[in-house]
Amino acid sequence: MTRYRLSVHIVPRRGILDPQGKAVSDALHSLGFAQVGDVRVGRFLVLDTEAASAEAARESARVMCEKLLANPVTEDYEIAAVEQA
Amino acid sequence: MKAGIVRFPGSNCDEDAFNAVAETLGQEAVYCWHKDHDLQGADLVILPGGFSYGDYLRPGAIARFSPIMQEVVAFARRGGPVLAICNGFQIACEAGLLPGALLRNSNLRFISAPVQLRVESIATPFTSRYHIGEVITVPIAHGDGRFTADPDVLARIEGAGQVVFRYVNASGDAALSANPNGSLRNIAGIVSAGGNVLGMMPHPERALDPLLGSIGGVALFTSLLDALMTRAGS
Repeated sequence: MTRYRLSVHIVPRRGILDPQGKAVSDALHSLGFAQVGDVRVGRFLVLDTEAASAEAARESARVMCEKLLANPVTEDYEIAAVEQA
Repeated sequence: MKAGIVRFPGSNCDEDAFNAVAETLGQEAVYCWHKDHDLQGADLVILPGGFSYGDYLRPGAIARFSPIMQEVVAFARRGGPVLAICNGFQIACEAGLLPGALLRNSNLRFISAPVQLRVESIATPFTSRYHIGEVITVPIAHGDGRFTADPDVLARIEGAGQVVFRYVNASGDAALSANPNGSLRNIAGIVSAGGNVLGMMPHPERALDPLLGSIGGVALFTSLLDALMTRAGS
C-alpha cells in the first residue's frame, strides 16, 4: 500500500443559483474586473489515504464523493490531483 | 401514541418537539440518541431542527450516517410517519427519504421570522385537520432553506401533489416577494411519494401557543394524532 494525497474540488452545479458566487462576481465587477463571468464558490478537500495504486486511490475518492463529499442533487465534483504523499 | 424524537449533537429544537407531543397532544414522547439503534417502539419519529454535527460539510450530510438514521430509514420504508423539521428536513433529503436538497438562502442570511404558509394538500397524515388553501403563520429560522430539485423531480412532486406547504403573502399568493429563501416554486414543505415523510423548513412546534404569536402548527400535530389513532384502531 502506498500513501496518497487526494485533492477534491466540489462546486455548485451549473444552472443552480449560487448566491455566494454571484456576490463574488458582483464584487469583482465593482473592482473593475469586468471580464469576469460566472463565479461559483465551492469546497476544496485534501485527503490522505492509502491505496494499492494511484488508480485505486482515484476510484476510492470517486466513491467518497458519490456517497458523502458531494450532494448529487446540487453539486459537481472533480478529483483534481492524486499524488504520492 | 408514542413519539421518538431523535437527538443529534447540535439538535436544538428537540425539546420543543418533545413538548409539542407531551403537552399539546398529551401523548408519550421519548428521546432517541443518535448513536443508538433503538426507536423505543415509537410510532412517530420526529427529526428536529438544529445544527446536527455543526452543519459540517453540508447540513444533514453527516447526520444521515448516524446509527439511529438506519432505523429511521427502515421505519419510514415500512410506512411509519416521520416529521422532519428544518435541519430534520435537510437530513431527510440527504438520507434519500425525500427528493431534492436545501441550499443556502438566496440572500445568504440566516432568517428568523414568522412566515405565512398555504396548505396545498390535506391528503396527508400531517395535514388532514387543515383546509385546502388555508393560510397559517409559522416561524422559520434557517440559513439553508432554499429548496431545489431537478426539473423532472420538481414536475413529478408537483404532479403527484407532494408539495404540502408554500410560502405565500397575507392574501395567500405564492408571490416572489413572499419567498424568504429563494425556494423553487415557493416550496416550504413536501411529503414523500408514500405520504408518510413530511419535510418542512418552518417550525410547527414553535406555533402551538398564542403566547408565542401563532397556533398555526397545532392542527399538524392533531392531524398526526388522528392518523396514528386510526392506524392503531384498524
